[in-house]
Amino acid sequence: MAKRGEIKLLGTAASPYVNRVQFVLNLKSIEYEFIEENLACKSELLLTSNPVYKKIPVLFHANKPPICESLVIIEYLDEFQPDVHRILPSVPVDRADNRFWANYVDNKYFPLYEELRQTPGKEDKEAIKKQIIEGSVLLEEAFEKFSNGKAYFGGDDLGYLDVVLGCFIAWIEFSSKRNEFNAFDEVKTPKLAKWAERIRSHESLKGAIPGNETLMNFYLMLQIHKPPRAT
Amino acid sequence: MGGSETVLLDFWPSMFGMRVRIALAEKGVEYEYKEQDLANKSSLLLEMNPIHKKIPVLIHNGKPVLESGIIVQYIDETWKDKSPLMPSDPYVRAQARFWADYVDKKVYDASKKIWMLKGEEQETAKKEFIEILKVLEGQIGEKPYFMGESFGYADIALVPFYCWFYTYETLGNFSIEKECPKLIAWAKRCMQKDSVSKTLPDSHKLYEAFLEMKKKFGL
Repeated sequence: MAKRGEIKLLGTAASPYVNRVQFVLNLKSIEYEFIEENLACKSELLLTSNPVYKKIPVLFHANKPPICESLVIIEYLDEFQPDVHRILPSVPVDRADNRFWANYVDNKYFPLYEELRQTPGKEDKEAIKKQIIEGSVLLEEAFEKFSNGKAYFGGDDLGYLDVVLGCFIAWIEFSSKRNEFNAFDEVKTPKLAKWAERIRSHESLKGAIPGNETLMNFYLMLQIHKPPRAT
Repeated sequence: MGGSETVLLDFWPSMFGMRVRIALAEKGVEYEYKEQDLANKSSLLLEMNPIHKKIPVLIHNGKPVLESGIIVQYIDETWKDKSPLMPSDPYVRAQARFWADYVDKKVYDASKKIWMLKGEEQETAKKEFIEILKVLEGQIGEKPYFMGESFGYADIALVPFYCWFYTYETLGNFSIEKECPKLIAWAKRCMQKDSVSKTLPDSHKLYEAFLEMKKKFGL
């Protein structure tokens, strides 16, 4: 078990990539100190601890140099503390399958939501919403395969993909409301819709899921610092 | 293990495919190599990778493993008795993953701009590419390989780009060795390993093939 003060997480409550790490820390009962970062005015700590990307999350463990990139961080935590709530499965082909879908979520699926925010014009937005739903349907199929009738991607309890996709639930719902559609449609993706509710109410996760006010503040900051493209 | 249990769907000039070939060679795994025609994708490729329809695809015991970085980790975890590709310490392992991920995020896209753009835009692309290589060169530092004494995951992620340097240099009219001599020294060190030298195609042959592809696909 990590001793109090040994693990520090630099981030912001609104970032799903930070929430992802918080999910794993909570599931593994790892105590940590949360250092709030202001992305509108990046701190010296962030710029020196992640000079390559200047992004959060950044994990500090004791006096070791910092670890960056949320997926790298969660695998590190899983290997550092494998005996408490194992996140990735142990069989190589299952690990590869899980990593493949994490890659899909991070490189193909979630970027669509940012694309939706940045795209002007109703027609173009509709086209992106369509792509999002197609992606959700693929994730529904993945959920069916991984869950095998159980409640989570990880089976009876939360696993890697529950954390990797679950961290986006708040933003997915926020974006759905703003753009008047349902990314986890109850007809096309019924299992995902129910799974999302379970994630929202899970004891270990709900404390790290940002509320609407936090999301709105972050959204307004994005609208200023990374405004939507002109028509 | 028999060759038919392990099949690799690949395309010989692909740096991503080369990563997998290097990893398989490091482990001494016998496999069947199936060259793919990317202009006319096979039903096997489309069946094994329906979402992305891309190579490389490793088929092991009938199951597909996708994405080169994921495949290399799978190879390391499956054939674990020989030549470990990942460091043993979880912290160093995290750093190896970070740097392999950096190569994935930065190198390919930056290299593409060199041969796709002209004039001022190409000059900017070359500068950006060199900056990225300098970051990687800085990370290797005085060590023989990315993570220290052993050739591994992060080296495998980057070294296949080495055989493409001649193409970038010719099309961009610049010298990578002049800008990043230590990186080239690292690459030559990697090339002393059979798994690398027998996998990477000849740079000039690659350049000729690239010009053919450019003409054929109107790139």
